[in-house]
Amino acid sequence: MAWLSPEEWQAVRLSLEVATRSVTLGLPVAVPVAWLLARGRFPGRPLLDAMVHLPLVLPPVVVGWLLLVTFGLRGPVGSLLHDWFGIRLVFTTEGAALATAVMSFPLIVRAVRLSLEAVDPGLEAAARTLGAGPLDRFFTVTLPLMAPGVLAGAITAFAAGLGEFGAVITFASNIPGETQTLPLAIYTATQIPGGEATAARLAAVAFLLAVAGLLLAEVIARRLHRLLGRS
Amino acid sequence: MLEVALRHGWPGGFTLEAGFAAPTPGVTALFGPSGCGKSTILAAVAGLLRPQGGRVALDGAVLLDTAERIYVPPERRRCGVVFQDARLFPHLSVETNLCYGLRRAPAGAEGPGFEEVVELLGIAPLLRRRPGGLSGGERQRVALGRALLSRPRLLLMDEPLAALDTPRRAEVLPFLARLHDAARVPILYVTHALEEVDALADRLVLLEAGRVLAEGPTEALFARTDLPMLAGRRDAGVLLACTVLAHDAAGGLTRLGFAGGELLVSQRPEPVGTRLRLRLRARDVAVATERPRGLSVHNILPARLAGISPAALPQEVFLVLALGPTTLLARVARDTVAALGLTPGMTLWTLVKAVAFDHRGGGGIEA
Repeated sequence: MAWLSPEEWQAVRLSLEVATRSVTLGLPVAVPVAWLLARGRFPGRPLLDAMVHLPLVLPPVVVGWLLLVTFGLRGPVGSLLHDWFGIRLVFTTEGAALATAVMSFPLIVRAVRLSLEAVDPGLEAAARTLGAGPLDRFFTVTLPLMAPGVLAGAITAFAAGLGEFGAVITFASNIPGETQTLPLAIYTATQIPGGEATAARLAAVAFLLAVAGLLLAEVIARRLHRLLGRS
Repeated sequence: MLEVALRHGWPGGFTLEAGFAAPTPGVTALFGPSGCGKSTILAAVAGLLRPQGGRVALDGAVLLDTAERIYVPPERRRCGVVFQDARLFPHLSVETNLCYGLRRAPAGAEGPGFEEVVELLGIAPLLRRRPGGLSGGERQRVALGRALLSRPRLLLMDEPLAALDTPRRAEVLPFLARLHDAARVPILYVTHALEEVDALADRLVLLEAGRVLAEGPTEALFARTDLPMLAGRRDAGVLLACTVLAHDAAGGLTRLGFAGGELLVSQRPEPVGTRLRLRLRARDVAVATERPRGLSVHNILPARLAGISPAALPQEVFLVLALGPTTLLARVARDTVAALGLTPGMTLWTLVKAVAFDHRGGGGIEA
């Protein structure tokens, strides 16, 4: 990638890092939440469902602002994190990952939930009669059968996370090398005279990554389906 | 002894209220039309359905007692279930499927070993394959092996052959019959197919609309004429426990012995000494007041007319014939009673053609 300048390359690498971290952060939370939404029988379920989907309909800037209020140095959670663990999220790469994770969370939950609902409960019942307890049958039957959906969801969220703009710039700001991801770098380039070439190159990279992500998700899902004996 | 007493109601108004006891070991068949509640009973015994009321105990161990608030979850009941749709795990190989229950069985549990089960069911060539590529019959055999290898205290089979076509059924049924001898665990077998009852059931529980109509040893229930579910069928008749005595290859005949005498039947494949259970349909049995001559019928056996019972159709009757300790049923037109002057207690000649017995799987299974 000699045609990218070191600064541009840095933005691409940062974007990949932020997206990877956001999926790593979001997936372990999304699976139990999707489980609750698909299988849970509790009064607050519609509310949880709405909360999960909120980032999909709220303006991203609002999500970023809410994160700033909550996780800022004087926010209820942010101040505790800083005082107890010395963790600062605002204006950091970790913060950008958090903002991206929140924005892509509904995507992952939806994918995981759909794949969970497609799992035949009869197979889980069979596992029960063979002596498998709740966690045992989740990890040996349910989760493997969900795998295609979970992976496809993770890849889609990753691809979408590469381009998260509003929430990141609001919560983590636009610091080169720290929080300036691909879309932020493109935006910055368009604001400086003579930045069109940079913007065009970065846009081309964003395009390639998005297409690659979608194709990969498709290929993996198909592979896994074949592995599971469903064409 | 498996003791079952269940009560469960559905919003639609259907209620199940059934109780029975099944000796262990042995095969007890729950037999009845679709929707009679037999699969529900099985699910409740397995623990997959929690009935509103009832008690299930296996050899003294209580699995369910709603009055005592006891509910052992399915994963701790050690009831191996063979479902109608096999339910093999599609992401695991046949071998891993087979070992799924085995690996989770308690350390001290006894049961047949992996090689023994694989050999019994003839599934050695399938071990490396995935369930997706198996035929229906192969799938059901693997499911059977998987349940058996989980070292169950009780095997529950929910119409394991119902989803298969006739050739596949004939392929799996002999394995079930071999299991009957080899399993050493009690089996509760749900079915609505008579040939499976004939082949497998030591004991029969008749169900209709959520109630138990009758229960008892299979052969005894089929000899009764007051159970329309059995006696009203076209293929109603008694089950005869026989032993293969000799073959006459030149004449194409096999001589069978049963408790009340001997029968000549169309030659059978089983070796001498094999114990069989054959269905002798009541419509295939005729009687004569004098010993007939010049008849193609091979079996002409003296019997005592023990009784005359109404059949399902008003124009027909059952003649209950006693041959020593064995009861046979003959279904004849009502007119026969008057025409031949039949009265209970008299001696009759019972006529059974050698070709009256079915040859396909269900008719002759080693019992």
